Amino acid sequence: MPGKIHVNTTINGEATEFLCEPRQTLLECLRDTLNLTGTKEGCGDGNCGSCTVVMDGRIVTSCLVLGVEAAGARIDTIEGMARGNQLHPLQQSFLEHAALQCGICTPGFLLAARELLENEPDPSEERIRWFLANNLCRCTGYDKIVRAVQDAAKQMREAKA
Amino acid sequence: MKWFDYAAPASLAEALQLRAAHPQALLLAGGTDLLVQMKNGRRQPDVVIDIKKVPELNALSIDAAGALTLGAAVACHRVYQDAAVRKHWPALAETAEIIGGIQIQGRASIGGNLCNAAPSADSVPLLIAMGGTCRIAGPAGERPLAVEDFCIAPGRNALAAGEMLVSLHIPAPAAHSGVHYLRFIPRNEMDIAVVGVGAQVVLNNGNFQSARIALASVAPTPLFVRAAGDGLAGKPVNEESIQAAAEAAAAAATPITDMRGTAEYRRHLCGVLTLRALEAAIRQAKGSH
Repeated sequence: MPGKIHVNTTINGEATEFLCEPRQTLLECLRDTLNLTGTKEGCGDGNCGSCTVVMDGRIVTSCLVLGVEAAGARIDTIEGMARGNQLHPLQQSFLEHAALQCGICTPGFLLAARELLENEPDPSEERIRWFLANNLCRCTGYDKIVRAVQDAAKQMREAKA
Repeated sequence: MKWFDYAAPASLAEALQLRAAHPQALLLAGGTDLLVQMKNGRRQPDVVIDIKKVPELNALSIDAAGALTLGAAVACHRVYQDAAVRKHWPALAETAEIIGGIQIQGRASIGGNLCNAAPSADSVPLLIAMGGTCRIAGPAGERPLAVEDFCIAPGRNALAAGEMLVSLHIPAPAAHSGVHYLRFIPRNEMDIAVVGVGAQVVLNNGNFQSARIALASVAPTPLFVRAAGDGLAGKPVNEESIQAAAEAAAAAATPITDMRGTAEYRRHLCGVLTLRALEAAIRQAKGSH
């Protein structure tokens, strides 16, 4: 039986190394090895988006990525979204709009919404709903989530102007 | 998941050597089907060969004749963000955009969608309609295979021991041609096709020169309904000819009843979607030069 594999990666901008079995998902490595428990496990098969992280600049479901695939990659998780005590405008907006109930889906929604707004500063409601379709909220708070993203987008545009 | 070894070869030769040395190995591209199947125990490889570092499997290029080479591991987002694909094969870009959600599209490949050999695979009817071919490499060298011959049973493909899919090849769009893929799902996004239809038409002075139609989710494999398309050749482009092709496609389908729909409903959808896919392809053909 082979041993663990040594993985060198970058997580939230910091060079990071960890040991993992080939069969461990990136989600397991983040949560159980690196104690980055902000990334949540929902369905475990790519449908719900709770485990969304950013890998080399693109959102992926970390339950369907092997930990060993992180070697040489840049991984961004929810832990890297705020700057110290300064919340990202999306995080602030989610709070103000009460766009969360149980909170399990929230880290995934925030990272997916950030990817959308970084590429498309002024998306339509339809576009927001399409882009966030791989993130499920079983407390059924979608409307508040969409409003929070729209409001954050507006604030981010104004801050840039 | 059960224990396995992981290998990430950097060349096609190395990947084929690993494949030959480990007959029970499975190939990993985006992993959005494979890891789900490994988690639920349906597949238990002793070795997982990550083929994303093999250059040929990452190719996305257009040759001098205007044909597209799509490496088997190229993720959907690269397909729909590629300006040349959007321009010359818009239906391919549009289909890559409806497979799973954004997170899935960041990883899942069209080649993987084909290799997974699900009857419901969205890209496969489209690839068949476009006349796509597979480049397959193995211990005995390389061979081409038409996409319509690649899926042989639910979850089973035509790859022999030691073989792997390297890339897909889509011919240059013909003059006055159009292609469209249409599916029915009860949601707006992120769902498995109840029925899907891919259609390609080539027009010539108000007549069909040729047509190719393929169906998803109505047979044990994605289904090329050759006769339905061939029946259009030489016919005038009108309601009657299109309706006849739609009826022929529906008649060729062999759907089952499951939780997504009854056989009767699926057969009805085959006709409706074939008609609409043909109409969309015709509109595109009339706008092209």
